[in-house]
Formats: sequence, structure tokens, C-alpha cells
Amino acid sequence: MTLFAQQFVNGIALGSVYALVALGLTLVYGVLKVPNFAHGALYMAGAYVVYVMLTAVGGSYALAIAVAVVVIAVMGAAMEFVVFRRLEGKSSVHAMIAALGVLFFLEGTADVIWGPDFRPVPTPLDGVVTAFGINITEQRILVIVAAIVAMAGLYFLLKRTLVGMSIEAMAQDREGALLVGIDTRRVALITFAISGALAAIAGALIAPLVLVFPTMGAVIILKAFVIVILGGMGSVPGAILGGYLLALAETMAGTYVAFAFSELIAFALLVLVLVFRPTGLFQKGV
Amino acid sequence: MGSAHVRRAVALGVPLVLAILFPLLVNNPYLVSVAVSAYVTAIAVYGLNVMLGYTGQLSLAHAGFYGIGGYTVGILTSDYGFSFWLALPIALAFTSLLGHLIGLAALRTRHDYFAIFTLAVGVMIVIVIERWESLTGGTDGLIGIPAPGSIGPLSFTSLNSQYYLALAFLVFTIYVVWSLMHSLVGRTFLAVRNSEELARAVGIDAGRTHQLSFVISAALAALGGGLYAAFSGSIGPDVGDVPMTFNMLVYLMIGGVASLPGPLVGTILIMGLMQALQAFQEYTLMILGPILILVVVFFPGGLAGQGKVLFERLTRREADQ
Repeated sequence: MTLFAQQFVNGIALGSVYALVALGLTLVYGVLKVPNFAHGALYMAGAYVVYVMLTAVGGSYALAIAVAVVVIAVMGAAMEFVVFRRLEGKSSVHAMIAALGVLFFLEGTADVIWGPDFRPVPTPLDGVVTAFGINITEQRILVIVAAIVAMAGLYFLLKRTLVGMSIEAMAQDREGALLVGIDTRRVALITFAISGALAAIAGALIAPLVLVFPTMGAVIILKAFVIVILGGMGSVPGAILGGYLLALAETMAGTYVAFAFSELIAFALLVLVLVFRPTGLFQKGV
Repeated sequence: MGSAHVRRAVALGVPLVLAILFPLLVNNPYLVSVAVSAYVTAIAVYGLNVMLGYTGQLSLAHAGFYGIGGYTVGILTSDYGFSFWLALPIALAFTSLLGHLIGLAALRTRHDYFAIFTLAVGVMIVIVIERWESLTGGTDGLIGIPAPGSIGPLSFTSLNSQYYLALAFLVFTIYVVWSLMHSLVGRTFLAVRNSEELARAVGIDAGRTHQLSFVISAALAALGGGLYAAFSGSIGPDVGDVPMTFNMLVYLMIGGVASLPGPLVGTILIMGLMQALQAFQEYTLMILGPILILVVVFFPGGLAGQGKVLFERLTRREADQ
């Protein structure tokens, strides 16, 4: 029972990161209608910003996270402004190929700057909290809490602000949004910035728990795709729920079945969902 | 009418004669070996073009099929003593079968979902290659793959003979794709790409068309991969990895997607440039990424598309006069 509780908490921490990455992906899918293959690179870039802040620049971990959020949000917006804006109205294949171009540009740039080595990030919160017989590192508690705060912030933004409502309107019907006077280009720009900020938070939170390297986004982006397909492309609650569920499934399979098996769960789920229900489990009737 | 035939004969004949004379003209083993790997890669890029150019679906598992073709030839010839000439058709058949089975699942989706699904397939193929160490040599790969055996008096141990073998397979590939696209089947490909609903409405089985295109595309990838393994004598998991698909996509897009010369032009040009600029190798991805974006945004037809536009402009001016 203790083992289960322990792994449950670990799964929730991992799920927080998955959910944050998947949220950014699903938001951009909503407005662009194209899977952003470069999204994992934003997550990677966020982790590198924290690495640079904590090893070279100095300052607190909170400052490092804030800088990462701002830098990657600008990067996300630049991606929309420089690349995807120019592909409006062209076939989705073009936008997908352009996204791959962005992905390899960002990975290649990180590789040129920092090399392919795996780099450890100093752990700012190295304490361990023990409660009910389970040990949780402070960093994992921060991951769980910060993710919930970020999601609450996103929810507030989407439901209570004009910008957020414009994003939802555009995701539902681009032309309709244009007709009622929404500046769709501005909304697309903001959506990419938010998506970048979410990826940066995920990368910044995970950085002290893992090693940072140029292709670190490759695995998580695939999982984020699985989550987003599972939850329905463009669905915000689907991305959150899917993120926690996939992480819990992986953690439990790794604990009770075999570690190698946990890696295959995402792929197995993807195959099953696409074969039996390609529109996702929670797809709204849009 | 006559001049069109002459023009076509020149367009086909001149590059072919140049290609045949190339090893004699350059007399440089290094350049010949670069040409061999470009031809072999181009064969696989033709496969990518069948799927992306002619039926309009982006398969990100393409290098996976290239790797499977290469590993099948490598394992059969080096571990089981098969002749290359038996191993290559087996590799093609095996990869086509695998492509067919994967296609059954993947082609339940289209466009963005298809790209994501095949990306996952591509990653899974590499994971299997890396983990199945007893068969594939894991991350170290396979070494000591024998060169293609002789056919009668023709032996393929020298570099130049391998060059001509690669050229022969390349010409064969281009001929196959050309005849495909000039057949009724090829026209159904284009019809399905342009509008699946419309194609269905005139009685085309869109599902089967996509399936056929996917299998042909996988088979051409396997042909390129099998030749790669036999010519280079070794193969590793990165040959079948997703960045390799990305490279092929760059060659195709720069050369010109959905055109017959595009895959060859792009592959030779970019692989040649990458060899010439080896000092900048670490910057490859950093440079190719933006180039790919520029091509997609400004020249979606690639070099072949631009060439065609230029050609049409010139001939129109001729006609006006």
C-alpha cells in the first residue's frame, strides 16, 4: 500500500509535466489545426534557460522559471509570426513540414551551443518530506503545486478574460471568430505565446529532476501527442486528464509489471485509440 | 510535336550520359562513393515522394522502412549467409508486408493524425532495432555486411562497379515511378490527393489507393536501405531514425515534391553540399531547418517546381512571338 501511494504521488508529479506540455500542444492545435512538432523543442529550450540561469547567471530558482517563461513565450510567438502566419490557407502538410523545420532548427541550435551531452541541473529544493510513510522530494511537491497553479491560471484566462474567450472562439470556428471582429492573427500570436509559456513551465519544473540535452523534447512530445489524441485534439480538460492518466499508467506499469513495459504504454494506447476511436475518447461534438 | 520529343530525349539522355561517364570524368573514389550514397538515398526519397507528393500524406516512418530494408539484407547476408540477390527481394517483400500491416492501422487516419501516427511508428521501429540486440547488434549496429555477389561475369566488389549497380537501381526506380504515374493507378493517386471525397464520388477506392501508395513507398525505402547496407558494409540504428526521415524530407522538398526529377535533384544537391561543407557538419540541422521552412513558405514546388515555372514562362514567350 505504501509502495502504491508512493508511486501514485510520483505518477501525479510526472503527470503534471505531461499535462502542461499537452496543454500547450492542444491550444495551438485548436487555433492552427496543425500538430506543432516543434512544441517539444520549446520544452527543451525552457529547461536549458533554467540550466543557464542556475549554473552561469545565478539568481533564485523562481527567477530562473520566470525568465524561462518569458523567453520561451517570446520564442513561441516568434514561431507563429515568422513561420506559421505565412502558411495560412495552405495545406496542413506544409505547416507540418515547417514545424519539423523549426524543431530541427531549435534542436540543432541547442546542439551547437551546448553540445549533445546530458547536463545535470543543480537541484534548488533537495529536501525530502515524509508523510504517511511516503517520501516526496520538495522538487516533486513544487512540480505538482506549480502545475496546478498554472492550470488554474490558464482556466481563468480562457474562461474569464476577453483574450481567452477569443482563443476558444477561434478554436471553435475561425471564420466565425473573424466575422464577430476577433483579430485572429493577434489571437494566434497570443496562443503560441501561452503555449510556449506552458512548455517553459514544464521544462523548468522537470529540469532539476532529469538531465538536460538537445533532444529531450522528442520523447515527451510523442507522449503529449498521445495524450492530446486520447483527450481529443484541441480539448483542454482532455489534455489535463490524459496527462495524469498516462503518467499514472506508466508509473504503475513500471512498478508492478516491468520498467521496459512502461515506455510502450503510450505507443500501445496510441495504436488502440487511433484504430478504434480516431477522434479521441473525450472529443466534444464539435 | 517533334521538338517536344527531341527536348524530352535531351532531358533524359544528357543526365544519363553524364551519370554513366561520371566515375571516368571525376576519377576520384571519394566523389564516386558520395554519388553511390546519394543514388541509394534518392531511391528511398522517391518512395517518400510517392506517398507525400502523389497521395498527399506525410509519413514520418519512412526512414524506419529504410532501416528495416537495410537490416534485413544485413542480417540475412552476414549472419545467415544468404546471397545479396536473394536477400534484397526478401527485404523488399518483408518491408512491404510490414508496411501493409502498419498501413492497415495508420491509414485509418489522414493528414495530421497520420503524420503523428507514423512518427510514433518511426520511433517504435528504432526502439525495436536498438533493443533487439541479439538480432540487430543493438546500438552498435551490424558490421561486416558483404558486398553484392557477382552475377555471371559481373562482380560488384570495386567501387565503380557498385556505382553502376546503384545507378541501374536508381534508373529502374525512376522508371517504375514514371510508369506508375502514367498509369491509371497513378491518376487515382493524384485524384485521391486532390480531393478524397471527389475521388470516392467517381468510384475510386480511396482506402486501397492510400494503402497501395504506402506499400510502394515502403518498398522503395527498403530497396534503398538494402543497397545502403550492402554498399557501406555496416548499418546502425540511426540509419532508420526519425532525423533520417527529416533529411529525406529536406531533399524532397528542396528538389521538388510531386515531381519526377525532384527527389534526385534535391538528394544529389544537398548530399553533395553537405559533403563539401563537412567542416560545418555540426551546423547541418541549424541550417537545413530554416531552409526547409523557406522552401515550404516561398517555393513549395522546390527546384523542380521553379524550373517548370521558368520553362513555361520561356516557352510561352516563344509562342507569343
